[in-house]
Amino acid sequence: MLSRVANTMYWMNRYIERAENYARFMDVNFNLSLESPPDAEEQWKPLVVITGDWPIYESRFKTVDKERVIYFLGFDPQNPNSIYSCITQARENARSIRQEITKEVWEQINSLYFFVKEGLEKKQWTNNDPRAFFKKIKEDCQLLYGMFDATITRSDGWHFGKIGQLIERADKTSRVMDVKYHILLTTHQQVGGPLDLMQWAALLKSVSAYDMYRKKYGKLTALNISEFLILDKQFPRSILCCLIHAEKSLQEITGNTAGFSCEAEKQLGKLKSELEFIDIEDIFEIGLHEYLDGFQQRLNAVSVGLYDSFFAAQAQVQMQQ
Amino acid sequence: MAKVDFSNYDTVGFYDEMFSATNAVRPTYEQFKQRLEKLNNNKLKYLQHATDRAQLSLGMTFNVYSDNQGVERILHLDIIPRIISGTDWDRLAKGLEQRIVALNLFINDIYNDQKVLKDNIIPRDLVLSSVGYLKECMGLRPPENVWSHISGTDLIRGDDGDFYVLEDNLRCPSGVSYMLENREILKRTFPEVFEKLHVRPVHDYTHHLRDMLESLTNESPASIAVLTPGIYNSAYFEHAYLAQQMGAELVEGRDLVVKNDFVYMSTTKGLQRVHVIYRRVDDEFMDPLIFNKDSLLGTPGIYEAYRKGNVVLVNAPGAGVADDKAIYAYIPRLIKYYLGEEVLLPNIRTYICAEKDDCKYVLENIETLVVKQTDGSGGYGMLIGPKSTKKECDEFVAKIKNNPRNYIAQPMINLSRVPTLTEDTIEGRHVDLRPYCLYGKDIKIVPGALTRVALTKGSLVVNSSQGGGSKDTWVLD
Repeated sequence: MLSRVANTMYWMNRYIERAENYARFMDVNFNLSLESPPDAEEQWKPLVVITGDWPIYESRFKTVDKERVIYFLGFDPQNPNSIYSCITQARENARSIRQEITKEVWEQINSLYFFVKEGLEKKQWTNNDPRAFFKKIKEDCQLLYGMFDATITRSDGWHFGKIGQLIERADKTSRVMDVKYHILLTTHQQVGGPLDLMQWAALLKSVSAYDMYRKKYGKLTALNISEFLILDKQFPRSILCCLIHAEKSLQEITGNTAGFSCEAEKQLGKLKSELEFIDIEDIFEIGLHEYLDGFQQRLNAVSVGLYDSFFAAQAQVQMQQ
Repeated sequence: MAKVDFSNYDTVGFYDEMFSATNAVRPTYEQFKQRLEKLNNNKLKYLQHATDRAQLSLGMTFNVYSDNQGVERILHLDIIPRIISGTDWDRLAKGLEQRIVALNLFINDIYNDQKVLKDNIIPRDLVLSSVGYLKECMGLRPPENVWSHISGTDLIRGDDGDFYVLEDNLRCPSGVSYMLENREILKRTFPEVFEKLHVRPVHDYTHHLRDMLESLTNESPASIAVLTPGIYNSAYFEHAYLAQQMGAELVEGRDLVVKNDFVYMSTTKGLQRVHVIYRRVDDEFMDPLIFNKDSLLGTPGIYEAYRKGNVVLVNAPGAGVADDKAIYAYIPRLIKYYLGEEVLLPNIRTYICAEKDDCKYVLENIETLVVKQTDGSGGYGMLIGPKSTKKECDEFVAKIKNNPRNYIAQPMINLSRVPTLTEDTIEGRHVDLRPYCLYGKDIKIVPGALTRVALTKGSLVVNSSQGGGSKDTWVLD
């Protein structure tokens, strides 16, 4: 398929996954604030920090409060990663590869765009409880995944889209876990104490992992929750599970089954193996935050590898010779 | 709630497609009128609203050139169709066929023997000074000697009820996707009428388009691409739509690479050959090596590949020489010259400002005439004398004197009208008609067209960029 189209397919899916995850991030905070003791202060800064867009935020706003953060992450056209920007980008992408996707997928992206645009026009962030709005974003994105899976041929385009989605999801799961690191526990609240566990539970819920976690482990512990979200091979939002399936899609594209045939396969294979052969105790020893930070960088290298191997115009000419 | 009622509908002064001058409904509209009269006005509004929503969700939007990027509009689709009788249509189609054959013979002649110039049928200067004439194309013979494979001819119906050709679009005629999607939408709006009326189908247009494109190459399987300037082009929706419906690759200039005079697409698995390109990029933006050197849209080397016959470009570069508005005036003579036939679809009387006597007449009578730029399209660069101020007319007089070759003029023609929904009632609005011809080994004209409608009361400008909308066009059996 056309390199440009493959690249667009990849990014379109990344943007949609990103938008959905941002809607989930909002959920973390709402869940937290609902279950916090009445005297605990709502913390909105960590949310911006984990997205990696704190520098943009800081350069634009002087204070951190709920309304501003919701605007910034949800609607701000000047934040390239806000839900509004992501959906707009995804739609532009979809438009430019209209012939690769089905009418169902296109119409769903289009209607999602109009929904978010309307949210911007109606200033949804001033709504005291905009959760219904974000829930709808989440559901619309999930509907889109369903249509993508149910109506599109498993061609290279579908696989590039899938890889984009899974890489974005792995990245966002690693970031949502980092929320815990950035939320400050006051001195009289202890690690492993009730508030700590409550925060972990909120986090699980925000990635729709609460039920599946309970089924597997029963009891809430920081170690088990981390293991579940990073290393579980079967839970579809765990980091390792995302990488396993991304690799499968990549192999469908290259036809390669062992070792690597291009830079993208090399980087992705290495990262996946690393997670396959590490246990959660090792990770805690390194430090959860430090480990996740390093992971995000190595995941970026996979993305760069994909670009060099498939999307860059020069790459093909080299492959041809 | 009040039912839809035509008793106050005004037909005075114009040919109306639905009612005769005595306000009797024409046979083509009888059944449709009955159906409408069963609806109340609210329901009608609801149907119109649902149509707007459908267009938005389909993404049938376009950007207007003068607007900022990102401002999208839909081309308003009025739900009252334009209905044409089978007899009228069949006569029209014959005339279109005659015209498109003659025009292609003319283009091929201009770029090869130039017999028509030697025989003094049309002034040499007029042809060779046309901006659509590309000297780089001299000596070329595209497959089947056809230069304009895909064309759209703008027709109008005058006060006398006859059809006239307003202009030819032989380069990149747009709007066919609206013909197809409007039909899909209207089928949902008035399903029961469709069952009874036997409207001729148009849905196979894209199959014929693909067949025609494939017929232009001996390669099998043929690799076909639609070349678009990109998503900011006002017709992007159509480019994507046609590519998808044909199962062709939609490419931009940057996706194409020319190596050793062959054209390739850059894909994730390397370079892949392209045999036929339906290009929706203007001649001057095709190849920066030959035409517009500043163009970022084109593909360097593609023209040489074309010249060597290694890729087919549809429509062929240079075809625009025949849809110059000054050359239009000579088409009846060209039909006589090439085919020995009388013209079946008449032209509108046209004054060519490049010719002395005509120019004098135009300058003296400008307030009664419609003046057009010979290389203009989209309703830009046009003066409607009877509807313009003295100052506007004077500006055009100056422009014509400054560059007579660039202008033609025609008497003001009253375009026919079709009932159209307005805010609170139904009124006649002026329409034109653009059917689409496909010309490969033979000619195919699907029985349908884009009907453009001037939504503003009294306006004669139907262009989408100037407040025009569209209607579905039903050709009956």
